Amino acid sequence: MLTNTLIVTEGTITDFWQALFHPDLGFLRNALLLGLVGSIPLGAVGTFVVARRISYLAAAIAHSVLGGIGGALYAQQVWGWTWLHPMFGALLAALVSASIIGLVSLRSQQREDAVIGAIWVSGMAIGLIFMAKTPGYVDGMAYLFGDILLVTRSDLWIASAVAVFIVAVLLIWHRQIVAVCFDSEFAAIRGVRVEAIYLLLLLLTALTIVMLVSLVGIVLVIALLTLPPAIAALRARSLAQMLGSAVLLTAGFIVFGLWASYSLNLPTGPSIILLAAMVYLLASMRQRFLKD
Amino acid sequence: MKRSETSQESSTESRGQPVVCFDGVSFRYGRHLVLEDADFDIFEGESICVVGPNGGGKSTLLKLMLGLLDPDEGQVSIFGEPPRKGRRLVGYVPQQIEFDPLFPVTALDVVLMGRLRRGNLGFVSKSDRAAAMDSLAQMGLGDQAKQAFASLSGGQRQGVLIARALVANAKLLLLDEPMAHVDVAAEGRLLERLSELDAGLTLITVSHDLAFVSRSVPKVICVNRCVHLHPTAQLTESRIRELYGHDVRMVQHAHEHLDSHGGHHH
Repeated sequence: MLTNTLIVTEGTITDFWQALFHPDLGFLRNALLLGLVGSIPLGAVGTFVVARRISYLAAAIAHSVLGGIGGALYAQQVWGWTWLHPMFGALLAALVSASIIGLVSLRSQQREDAVIGAIWVSGMAIGLIFMAKTPGYVDGMAYLFGDILLVTRSDLWIASAVAVFIVAVLLIWHRQIVAVCFDSEFAAIRGVRVEAIYLLLLLLTALTIVMLVSLVGIVLVIALLTLPPAIAALRARSLAQMLGSAVLLTAGFIVFGLWASYSLNLPTGPSIILLAAMVYLLASMRQRFLKD
Repeated sequence: MKRSETSQESSTESRGQPVVCFDGVSFRYGRHLVLEDADFDIFEGESICVVGPNGGGKSTLLKLMLGLLDPDEGQVSIFGEPPRKGRRLVGYVPQQIEFDPLFPVTALDVVLMGRLRRGNLGFVSKSDRAAAMDSLAQMGLGDQAKQAFASLSGGQRQGVLIARALVANAKLLLLDEPMAHVDVAAEGRLLERLSELDAGLTLITVSHDLAFVSRSVPKVICVNRCVHLHPTAQLTESRIRELYGHDVRMVQHAHEHLDSHGGHHH
């Protein structure tokens, strides 16, 4: 406790900046850059997820990613597929589960929420079984809650490419996506391929989740996807405003969360998320207060 | 040309290809028969109201016209084409209740959705923006363009949805309960705006409000599984009782409301 307080008073932002440029602390730099690159697709895709109220689907996709990670780790160790990076497994699992979840939510005659819940936990169960059967020690916690030591240079390059791809797709199809989110029947009448656009949105969500898994983990990435747009939505009059504020808020949470985590010696993912959650709470209380 | 000048002519004959044609159409949800052998034509410039009890098939009728549902039997055509092709000329105004009040979108954004076409990628063009502003101005909402859709009054929101439906040069306008959530004064203004629209436009309005029907439209489609098209004047108490299955008392209004070419003069 005492040491912590000591570090608080000493861990100023200047120390954080020095650490960022310290040659031995490259992981910190990588984490920050990944967070900043990631804040663009997180804020942009998150805006649509929140506006369309499909956070639950996004959470299901994120959790089922563990199946792909577990499978890839197993294949690396047992089958010697050393080229199969866990992130490729995560990507495959995310795209498959996004497609299944999308089709269920569009077509299902059954209870949609129950089916999606089943996909959510099945994905996790598959991952946990693979991890248990993988020889040697596998740190499942790192994937669930993030570990900035996992962030490598190559992650950063892959993430940047993914971010560029997501932004390009949004620039091209944003009108269709907005129309489908706001009023899918009307969009269909105007000739928009509603189901394809809806699936596209879920696939973008899957990509965004996977690119941030190493930083904040499967469980926490959902909060980073949905909290900043939810805060932005309290004041935004249009989706463009909401999106812009969400990107800035996400970047802010990542920078200050990393700083707090470094200065207070706290785990990174939870620091970022808790910061976002506190700001959300304060912002919505303020909104409440202003209304009354 | 204003609608009010031609509504009388349009109730007389000779008008070529129907705008909407239902030919022996039946539709089922599962085993439940919603529409049975619907057979009617609607012609250019007509203003028709669709009435009937809840669950009687009114929305199904609209969705069939829009190609959102396919008939189990028979054929629907819109401007002589299957609905999925013909609907590019159709403006649809859904019920306000369908919208998420927290969705952040401006009035202008909503109207711009009416300019979407397949393969219309990237950013909004100048001509789309100009058309959307014109359409809003036509509904008297030019000053509200940048306001959040959710912050507008019920009447203004309805105006925005009508502007969205008209912005792609619709020739047929389908309105689903347009006067729900709209106060009386705004209802009068909306009716006036609708009456000012181009006479070539065909209007089909779903409404619960029989008073609205008697004031505004010369012809009525009654839907309760079976579909009947009548001039409003022939909408008698016994027909309404048959339609809704309970007693309804009709009050004849003092002026010309219930004659067969009555609408649009307030």
